[in-house]
Amino acid sequence: MADTDPIIVDVRGLSCPQPVIATHQALGARPGGHVQVLVDTGAQRDNVSRLARREGWAVAVEPADDGFRVLLSK
Amino acid sequence: MASITSKGPAPPEPGAAKEGPMALLNRFFASRWAVIVTGAVTGTLAALLVHAGNPGNMGFCTACFLRDIAGAVGLHRAAVVQYIRPEIIGVVLGAAFAAILFGEFKPRNGSAPVVRFVLGMLGMIGALVFLGCTWRVYLRLGGGDWNAIPGILGLIVGVFVGVQFFKLGYDPGRSRPARAGVGWVMPVLMLAALALLIFEPKLGRNAGGEPAGPIFSSENGPGSQHAAVALALGVGLVIGFLAQRSRFCTIAGVRDFILMRDTHFTVGIVALVLGALVTNLALGQFKPGFTGQPVAHTDTLWNFAGMVLVGLAFTLAGGCPGRQLILAGEGDGDAAVMVLGMLVGAAFAHNFSLASSPAGPGAFGPAAIIVGLVVISLIGLGLRERVA
Repeated sequence: MADTDPIIVDVRGLSCPQPVIATHQALGARPGGHVQVLVDTGAQRDNVSRLARREGWAVAVEPADDGFRVLLSK
Repeated sequence: MASITSKGPAPPEPGAAKEGPMALLNRFFASRWAVIVTGAVTGTLAALLVHAGNPGNMGFCTACFLRDIAGAVGLHRAAVVQYIRPEIIGVVLGAAFAAILFGEFKPRNGSAPVVRFVLGMLGMIGALVFLGCTWRVYLRLGGGDWNAIPGILGLIVGVFVGVQFFKLGYDPGRSRPARAGVGWVMPVLMLAALALLIFEPKLGRNAGGEPAGPIFSSENGPGSQHAAVALALGVGLVIGFLAQRSRFCTIAGVRDFILMRDTHFTVGIVALVLGALVTNLALGQFKPGFTGQPVAHTDTLWNFAGMVLVGLAFTLAGGCPGRQLILAGEGDGDAAVMVLGMLVGAAFAHNFSLASSPAGPGAFGPAAIIVGLVVISLIGLGLRERVA
């Protein structure tokens, strides 16, 4: 139910280090599941992906209209 | 962050990644090796620019060079620091080229631009009290200028305080995609600066109506010390390209370690120092000590305090002065506004006796640092997320 619904974290347009802080908080709030992070630049895509991998999440990236969807799962 | 997270539908299974040459190149650029290469190349080329005529330990300094440009166009009249530095032009255009080539040129703005203008002014004032930006502080270390050490300590303190403001909810707001022109202004301004450098037109008129500066070009002092235009421009282009691809940022190098013990960008700082150090040793430019250092002063307190202001201002702005140039090259209009704020801040610094000289802080430099720290604290506490 609530544990399997993915959380969407929208950090588009936020400047460093807000995207990573927000992602870290979202990942810390749950031990596993699916999290989607919406970013608008390659730099934030890379920052968020790196953070997620360090915290043991699997990372996949999809292009989106105005940037990227970083798909995290554990 | 209630406004950032929400529930959504289950994601599709991600497809298998195809590893063509472009994907491999992008993986390199996303790795810490790209950051290391950027740092090492920047440190090395900076030391080479000193050998080729730039001022001592100043192969690249975003702050000093924007100050020199401000002087060249007459925003200030400190005759010893007036020159349109091609390194700045090269970094912005190199970043723009890399961004366009890799599909990352994205005009965007809207994240408290006028506040970023003020952050740029204050960060520049801090840098001119220390006499260096967050790249030059490390180049000075790599040249044996031990006055950089209180500078680095001040930088760490400033970044630490900046991080606390983020934890307290500092949020300048989102930038949004913007019209193409928003992204093109800074690259085009840089091309205009290049034309002014090459042709050095005398656009002023003296009392007799005859052509006079600006454009000014120092005949003495640091503004008169510069490598050949083509070399400086070429170095800037290379650094701009690499730094855009690798997202090189000397604020991130400190900030991310403080925040998360993440050293992805910290290794770039180490590589920059080592690149400069090795090259300086090879070229006989390594002169260890505190006194008699080029374009530097020995006032430990204000070296420290100046860089506290720098660390704080650029942490709140999301990236170091060099990174702001790169972002401006990528089409980020907010970063472009910050760069313009730095230009104006440099003008005020020299007009109002805020800037230091090798003799020490200027008459009102210390007062400006105190005022700057208060103003930035008000910005840090004022621009906070409202709990909806």
